[in-house]
Amino acid sequence: MVERCDVAVIGAGPAGLAAARTAAGHGARVLLLDAQPRCGGQVWRHDVAHRAPHAARSAIRAVGGKVDWRPHHQVVAADGRRLLAETPEGAVAIEAAHVVLATGARELLLPFPGWTLPGVTGAGGLQALAKQGWPLAGKRVLVAGSGPLLLAAAATLRRHGAEVLGIHEQASAARVAAFAAQLWRWPARALQAARLRAALTGVPYRCGSFVRRAFGTTQLEGVELHDAHGTRQIACDHLAVGYGLVPNIELAALLGCALDHDTVHPRVQADELLRTSVPGVLAAGEAVGVAGLAAARIEGALAGHVAGGNEAAARALRPARVRARRFAALLARQFALDPRLRALADAGTIVCRCEDVPLAALDGCVDARSARLVARCGMGACQGRICGAALAELGRFPRGGLRRPPLFPARLATLAAFLQPTIPEIEP
Amino acid sequence: MTAHASVRLQVDGQPVEVPEGASVAAAVARVAPTRFRDSVHGAPRAPLCGMGVCFECRVRIDGRVQLRACMVPVREGMQVDTHG
Ligand SMILES: Cc1cc2nc3c(=O)[nH]c(=O)nc-3n(C[C@H](O)[C@H](O)[C@H](O)COP(=O)(O)OP(=O)(O)OC[C@H]3O[C@@H](n4cnc5c(N)ncnc54)[C@H](O)[C@@H]3O)c2cc1C
Ligand code: FES
Repeated sequence: MVERCDVAVIGAGPAGLAAARTAAGHGARVLLLDAQPRCGGQVWRHDVAHRAPHAARSAIRAVGGKVDWRPHHQVVAADGRRLLAETPEGAVAIEAAHVVLATGARELLLPFPGWTLPGVTGAGGLQALAKQGWPLAGKRVLVAGSGPLLLAAAATLRRHGAEVLGIHEQASAARVAAFAAQLWRWPARALQAARLRAALTGVPYRCGSFVRRAFGTTQLEGVELHDAHGTRQIACDHLAVGYGLVPNIELAALLGCALDHDTVHPRVQADELLRTSVPGVLAAGEAVGVAGLAAARIEGALAGHVAGGNEAAARALRPARVRARRFAALLARQFALDPRLRALADAGTIVCRCEDVPLAALDGCVDARSARLVARCGMGACQGRICGAALAELGRFPRGGLRRPPLFPARLATLAAFLQPTIPEIEP
Repeated sequence: MTAHASVRLQVDGQPVEVPEGASVAAAVARVAPTRFRDSVHGAPRAPLCGMGVCFECRVRIDGRVQLRACMVPVREGMQVDTHG
C-alpha cells in the first residue's frame, strides 16, 4: 500500500509535534509517524502514573484531528523520498512532497566493567522505563554520567518512589558552576533547573565524580565511584548512567542527507531554514544537534512553516532559534567529558552487547568495517547504535555502515512488499 | 498519583497485573527483572536504553519472537516469554 501526503513528519517528539501542527495550519495534509505507541518523544513521554506537563498536553492536543497521527510506525527503509514504515501488523509505503526528520536523540552510553549487568541502564533510560511502569518503589538508585538530563531523570525516579542515593556528575564543580551562572540567559531553563532542585531536596549532587565499575554476579549489587577523594564502593539496586545525547541521524543518512561531522557524533546538516542537502527533506530538533526542548519546539515550527509553504513565517523564527541553539554550545563546553571516562573499559569489557564482543577483540581494527568483518562488532540487532557511538567517543573509529537498509531489523515480508516493484522483469 | 485501571497478562506463565498503558518491559520487571534474554554467550541481559534502541529487552509476545518489550504496551491476556 502506498500513501500520499503533502508532509510526512517522522518523530512525534516536541519537534515533530510542532512541525506537524504548523504545516497542517497552512492547509497541508500531514502524516505524523512515530515508532512509539504514544506521541511526546523523549521529554514528553507518556507517564502511566503522573499527569503530563501542561506544554506537552497542549502540544498533543493541538495536532488532534488536524494531522493523521500514526503510532507504532517505525520507518525502516527509504527509496528516494519514498519511506517504508513497519507496523505491528504490516507495512506502509509513504510518498510525501516534504519530509520532516524529527528523529531526536538517544543517550550516549559508554562501556565500563560491569555495564552489561542487569540493573545498569541509561539515566534517561531508567527514566523512560519508570514512566512506562517499571516498579521502582523502595529501590536504591545511583544516578551518574553527565549533563542536565541527570537531574530530570533523578526527579522522575524519585517521583516514582525510588530512593535516589546520589547524582554523580563527571564534570568538575567549577564547570557546573560556570554553567549555572549562564542559565539566566534562558529563563525557561533556569526555571526548570530551580524546579528540579526543589524536587531533589536532600539528594546529594557530586561533581567530578564518576562510576568506574559496576559489580554483581547475575545482577547489579553495587558500584565503584571515583572522585578527588579517591575510590569507594556503594551498594545499589539500579545504576542509571548516561553521558549526554547522540543525534539519531540514521534515517537522514539513508535518505542521502549530508551530515555535519564537527564532533565525533554526527548531526544532520541543515541550512537556516532547516533544509537538508536533499531537496524536500527538512530536519528539526535534536537530530540537527542536541540543544534541548526549547530549540526542538522552535525548529519544529520553523520546519513546519517551510514544509507548509510559508517561508516568511519560517524566517521570523530564526532569531529565536539562534538564541535557543546557543544553549547547545554552553552544554557542550561545560559538560565536556573527562578523558578518563574513555579509558574505563578494559580488555575484557564487552563493547558490542548484541554480539558479546570484548574491547580486546577490536585491537588492530582500523574502522567500523574491519570491526564487523573481524569481530562481528556492530552486526547485531541494534546495528551499532550503542557500540558505534561508544567506539567513536572512545576515539577508536567513526561509526560505519550508515547507508545500508533496513534501519532497524525488519520482517522479510515488510521489505519484500517494498522492493517488489523494483525487481526487473525477466525476459522470456 | 491517580487511580488507574490495570491489565492482567502472563509472563513466563505467571500472572501479573500492571497499570494500563504500561509497557511489556514493566510487566516482565515484576517477574524476571534481571533476565529478559540471554546474550550470545549466555549471560543474563535486561533493558538498557528504555527507548527502543539497544534491543537488550527482546522477549516473545504471543508467539512472536524478538520483540522489544519497552516498545510494546501491555494488553489483557498477553502471553510473554523471556528468552524469546
Ligand atoms: C531517554 C531520554 C530522556 C530524556 N528526558 C528529558 C527530560 O526529562 N527533560 C528534558 O528537557 N529533556 C530530556 N531529553 C532530551 C530530549 O531529547 C529533548 O528535550 C527533546 O525530547 C527533543 O525533542 P525532539 O523532538 O528533537 O526528539 P525526541 O523527543 O527524541 O523525539 C524523536 C521521536 O522520533 C521517533 N523516531 C526516531 N526514529 C524513528 C524512525 N526511524 N521511525 C519512527 N519514529 C522514529 C522516536 O521514537 C521519538 O519519539 C531526554 C532524551 C532522552 C534520549
Ligand atoms: S531497553 Fe533498549 S530497546 Fe528496549
